[in-house]
Amino acid sequence: MTMKGRACIAGAYEHPRREIPDRSVWQLHAEVALGALDDAGLSLSDVDAYFCDSSAGFGPVSMSEYLNLRPRFVDSTETGGSSYLVHVGHAAAAIAAGHCEVALVTMAGLARSGMQAPRARSSGSPEAAFESTWGMSAVTGYALAAQRHMFEFGTTSAQLAEVKVAASLHAQHNPLALLPTPVSVEEVLESPMISSPLHRLDCCVVTDGGGAVVVVSPEVARDLERQTVTLLGQAEAVGHSENGRIDVTRTGAAQTGPSAFAEAGVKPADVDYASVYDSFTITVVETIEDLGFCAKGEGGRFVLDGALVAPHGRLPLNTDGGGLCNNHPSNRGGLTKIVEAVRQLRGEAHPAVQVPDCNIALAHGTGGSIGTRMGSATLILGREEA
Amino acid sequence: MSRGWLPVTAPERTPETLPFWEATAQGRLLLAYCEACDTYIWYPRTFCPNCGSRSASWREATGFGTVYSFTVVCRAAGEFREAVPFVVAYVELQEGPRVLTNIVGCEPDHVFIGQSVRVVFADTGEGSALYRFAPAHLDAGPGPRDGVSE
Repeated sequence: MTMKGRACIAGAYEHPRREIPDRSVWQLHAEVALGALDDAGLSLSDVDAYFCDSSAGFGPVSMSEYLNLRPRFVDSTETGGSSYLVHVGHAAAAIAAGHCEVALVTMAGLARSGMQAPRARSSGSPEAAFESTWGMSAVTGYALAAQRHMFEFGTTSAQLAEVKVAASLHAQHNPLALLPTPVSVEEVLESPMISSPLHRLDCCVVTDGGGAVVVVSPEVARDLERQTVTLLGQAEAVGHSENGRIDVTRTGAAQTGPSAFAEAGVKPADVDYASVYDSFTITVVETIEDLGFCAKGEGGRFVLDGALVAPHGRLPLNTDGGGLCNNHPSNRGGLTKIVEAVRQLRGEAHPAVQVPDCNIALAHGTGGSIGTRMGSATLILGREEA
Repeated sequence: MSRGWLPVTAPERTPETLPFWEATAQGRLLLAYCEACDTYIWYPRTFCPNCGSRSASWREATGFGTVYSFTVVCRAAGEFREAVPFVVAYVELQEGPRVLTNIVGCEPDHVFIGQSVRVVFADTGEGSALYRFAPAHLDAGPGPRDGVSE
């Protein structure tokens, strides 16, 4: 069974704030839920399926009570920052199977205010004793990937910096972006080294906030006044160390990209706009290769000459400023990737970065680390009604 | 300039990994190995994730390998905060597995991909030792089983 055309995104909402010390995580879940439902023209009582992570209490159980939802389908699949693209895929499958009609996906967190309970990603896991012992951190894992990518393919720090430059050029048009000031390649290279070869400006921002989307059946979508976008393809995968034979130059996108494109019946060249997870600059370079926008190893050269800059670059990417400049709420950028793709397809991105005639958009999430193990998920979305 | 000092925190040992860690305390690097499909297993498991065999055994590794990738960590948190700069690396063992570790025994900016390294052990004092790697040209010094002071 294909999911193509079997589900639509009817509502999308990004929390407008980036530092929110005056809210609890569950309050943020509620604010983004209401925001996305308002956007869709729906209400809490219309929701019959709910998806969230475990950031608040007992996950979807606590949050269903808090929001007074009565879901007949719930899912709290945990694949890090890619979770929410997985949730959209699972929502679409559940809708296609007739289990539900209106699925709410929320994410929220307070990473910047430091009020977030640390997620137990490494402790109590089979790999922890063989990794945390060495001073591994999020940036360290991505740095190991970047160093090897440079060795194998000749990628340079200046090429990685182009990813940040493009994000900053977009962020200047986003009044809500945490870092709205354009930067140059030189400024990236001169920023302090965090974990070689990654500099401070190769790293994403740390923000509070979150977002939500509402996924509905085509039948529900037809009755809504708001423009919806159609899910054309979705794929998810787990990339990992392969019994010690890890290749840190490849991501789970090498699996999800071909699968999602096949389901959608489109090619990378058909994509008008891409939201690609940008926890670090190297994340974008490896992912666009694996998704097929360029050959393996060519990512560093692909991003030169403004290729990622909207509206006229070869592949306009992360036009909200992305995780590198705009927002990376709860250290998870997956949901905001979907939101900007929906804006582009609706023609509601900032005019300076709106891609003309944007018909096909891609959103890709990466959770965990491309240097060890990751959850990967790709969505392909279309402007046309199902 | 490297401080040349790294935290030596005892890793969590489980029944599955206890033989591995006990061997490190004796200066030996063991690898889980599957006789059924002739595959080294990393990280250690009591079954073979390649063929599903339930009878993985232990083999002693040579302790030699090459640097597959590395990073010089310049900012760190927690117990590693005062240890910067230090090197986190993947070392590809002669037996095949790529293992996360630290490179010690040389300046961080002297580490390179393809560098030949050999294992050294830092005793935790709690029945285990941390396997780290140093440039293999230090062979003139004490052997791997004797450890190299870090």
